[in-house]
Amino acid sequence: MSSHTTETDYPKFQRCEVDFTQRTEYLDGLEAMKAAHKVLKEWTFKPSLPQQGYTNRTLYLNVGTLEVKEKAVTQQMKDMFIGGRGFGMWYLWNAITPKTKWNDPENEIIITPGPISGITQYPGSGKSLVVALSPETEIPIDSNVGGYFGPLLKFSGYDSLEIQGKAEQDLIVFIDGQKGLLRIEEAPAEPLDSHVLAEILTRMYAENDADRVNISVVSSGAAAEHSLIGMLNFSWFDKRRGCIRLKQAGRGGIGTIFRNKKIKALVIRGPEVKGDMNHPVDQETIAKTGIKLHQELRSNDPVQCLMRRNGTAHIIEIMDAYDLLPTHNFQYGSHPEVHKIASYVWDQRCTQRTTDGCWYGCSMACAKGADGVVLQTGPYKGHRVTVDGPEYENAAGLGSNCGVFDPEFLLELNFYCDTYGICTITYGTLCAFVMECYQRGILNKERTGGLEMTWGNALDDLAMMHQMAQGEGFGKIAGLGVKRMKALFIANGWGDAALINDIGMENKGLEYSQYMSKESLAQQGGYALTNKGPQHDEAWLIFMDMVNKQLPTFEDKAEALYYFPLWRTWFGLYGWCKLPWNDVAPSDNAKTAEPTKIPEHVQNYLDIVSAMTGKKITSEDMLRQSARVYNFQRIFNIRMGKGLRLHDHAPYRSQGPVTKEEYESRIERYEKELRDQVGVDPTTMSLEEKMAATRKYRIDRYEKLVDAVYTRRGWTLDGVPTQARIQELGLDIFPELVEIVKAHGG
Amino acid sequence: MNTILVNGDPLEWKDGMTVRDVLTLKRFTFPMLVITVNDNIIDRKRYDTALIPNDASVKVVHLMSGG
Repeated sequence: MSSHTTETDYPKFQRCEVDFTQRTEYLDGLEAMKAAHKVLKEWTFKPSLPQQGYTNRTLYLNVGTLEVKEKAVTQQMKDMFIGGRGFGMWYLWNAITPKTKWNDPENEIIITPGPISGITQYPGSGKSLVVALSPETEIPIDSNVGGYFGPLLKFSGYDSLEIQGKAEQDLIVFIDGQKGLLRIEEAPAEPLDSHVLAEILTRMYAENDADRVNISVVSSGAAAEHSLIGMLNFSWFDKRRGCIRLKQAGRGGIGTIFRNKKIKALVIRGPEVKGDMNHPVDQETIAKTGIKLHQELRSNDPVQCLMRRNGTAHIIEIMDAYDLLPTHNFQYGSHPEVHKIASYVWDQRCTQRTTDGCWYGCSMACAKGADGVVLQTGPYKGHRVTVDGPEYENAAGLGSNCGVFDPEFLLELNFYCDTYGICTITYGTLCAFVMECYQRGILNKERTGGLEMTWGNALDDLAMMHQMAQGEGFGKIAGLGVKRMKALFIANGWGDAALINDIGMENKGLEYSQYMSKESLAQQGGYALTNKGPQHDEAWLIFMDMVNKQLPTFEDKAEALYYFPLWRTWFGLYGWCKLPWNDVAPSDNAKTAEPTKIPEHVQNYLDIVSAMTGKKITSEDMLRQSARVYNFQRIFNIRMGKGLRLHDHAPYRSQGPVTKEEYESRIERYEKELRDQVGVDPTTMSLEEKMAATRKYRIDRYEKLVDAVYTRRGWTLDGVPTQARIQELGLDIFPELVEIVKAHGG
Repeated sequence: MNTILVNGDPLEWKDGMTVRDVLTLKRFTFPMLVITVNDNIIDRKRYDTALIPNDASVKVVHLMSGG
């Protein structure tokens, strides 16, 4: 464990004194921008509210042909795919072929809130899932996001929005759920960057000041159209601050597709939100369950995670203390300067006691904002802005992983990622890779066009990001992501190919998110044995495995890698946020049989779904619902030419020490492992021999884990779901699925 | 030698050792813990006072958080 911070090091909380209502405004020229709009299509619909969580229709829009139509939600869709990520996968499957590329017109962006999304009684119930064929991974990506767009879409009358085609000119799609009007408008004048665009469009499409809360904008930014790592911002209007706030569908480059389709923004104007708009079967149970969690948050959060105070940033110093905070491209797990970006810094820098829930009724309210940030670089230099965050992933990825420990620069990096429309997690990991390549001579100033990408050089880090937004210089190369940079550097003969592959932290083409999996075999699987790539939203098992030692055998780890990915998939089917599940716990949780699962909260979710739909469901039903979509997505990957064992390969940096310095930094751990597990005497071995023996042992264990996980999931040892498994799940009603698994030995 | 096991790993035991001492020695700073000493749950309010006997098996289960 690290010796850098301790519980007693944390200073007392201090109140942020920044005036959170003051910021640079961007409304000059709004009327001229509006006047430049040219209406290409108007289409009317009858607004409706959901019944038992579903509106039973979805909206299809082709931005190339301007076709707009409604599709019926069938009972089979609800039974097999539930909503959210499930609907997204189903629509994408039907829209594309195995030959489709991410930038083909038939690729889709599908936004689906899920059947419980939009309830206001239970914290964390406003999520949407965005699904598309990823430019980074070339397989389906799913990304969950807060903000108001998804629920307002549903309350306008649609369970999903399916966007296909490619426009020739920049478009804005406006959906007025109050008037039943959809308009596609050519929009040449507005800037792309999200903090400006969302503010302008919120003002432009609201009918008056009070109406701004009913507007939500989906947008990207300048860097999304010059990189493969673009993300989508989903806005909501923060009444107290008087400004728009942004939440991100970050992973996998969906913002890149958005800009490739020439969509500047989606704007929705929904009806005024009330507490019963989903029309559940049993509103009383939902209300009672919500009150119970509100009370639990009020009483327990102050002695547990302080989510209401600090959001996810509360774990920065904790990850450091447990040697899990990615530092210098995942080489190390802690750093002496982490106190400069620890949660108490953000506690002082973020405005407290204001509206920070990204959907109505969320008393966890973790979406913190730093106000009064005066930018030091780039096109908005000197502007005073509100930065959404930093969340843990931003602080770790943009901060410690790149050696940036200046909180003001960290906020600026966070801000520009958001407004430029690129994923903070992805950017953090690719920048860390660039910096390590620079450290090891794979890159130099000549190869980067003058950028000095040394650890902690925030100014050149920002310069690279600004280049990415301009589509020029080394920033454009970095925007290809780690996988393509690795191939380019190797092709250019810029360094040792084996080293480059070892330290490039990507799997399936997606960059790793910000946790150190090196000392947790289960988490190595939690990252690399995912459907979409190494994002932590399938299974976060580091504590269970590495600290609690609750998963001693391969079978134990495989069971965790069976249950948790299905559990987490379920959140994405219904529109839940994960955080209220396990970032607060009931007072008597310790007395339950499986406290890490937070059984009372699991039951809350089951109760709410049963109350919403009128159909009683159990934990077993939940696993089955998720397993259908999870296995469908795996087969979808296979259909796209991936999804097999070779695609679940993990970079060695995620599994063990690549370099001598890494080995020596944890020499006690590795030599104990050699003695106790490998059965060799490290005192008789050279450093190179010890590293080679450690590597062989760890890779062998990973392969054994893969065998165990595939077996538990009902897959062949090549990672293909078996026919028996898809029959058991009822997926054999789709003949193409059966053909695909048969063709691959399943 | 006087030892206890903490999540299966040996730790030197000292007379008067409390749960809080174990958390400090192991640098377990995460706030959401389920702690048992010889299978008896220790409430958070007793971390400073609950004594750990020699040879005890202490389990400090960290809930997941993260993600």
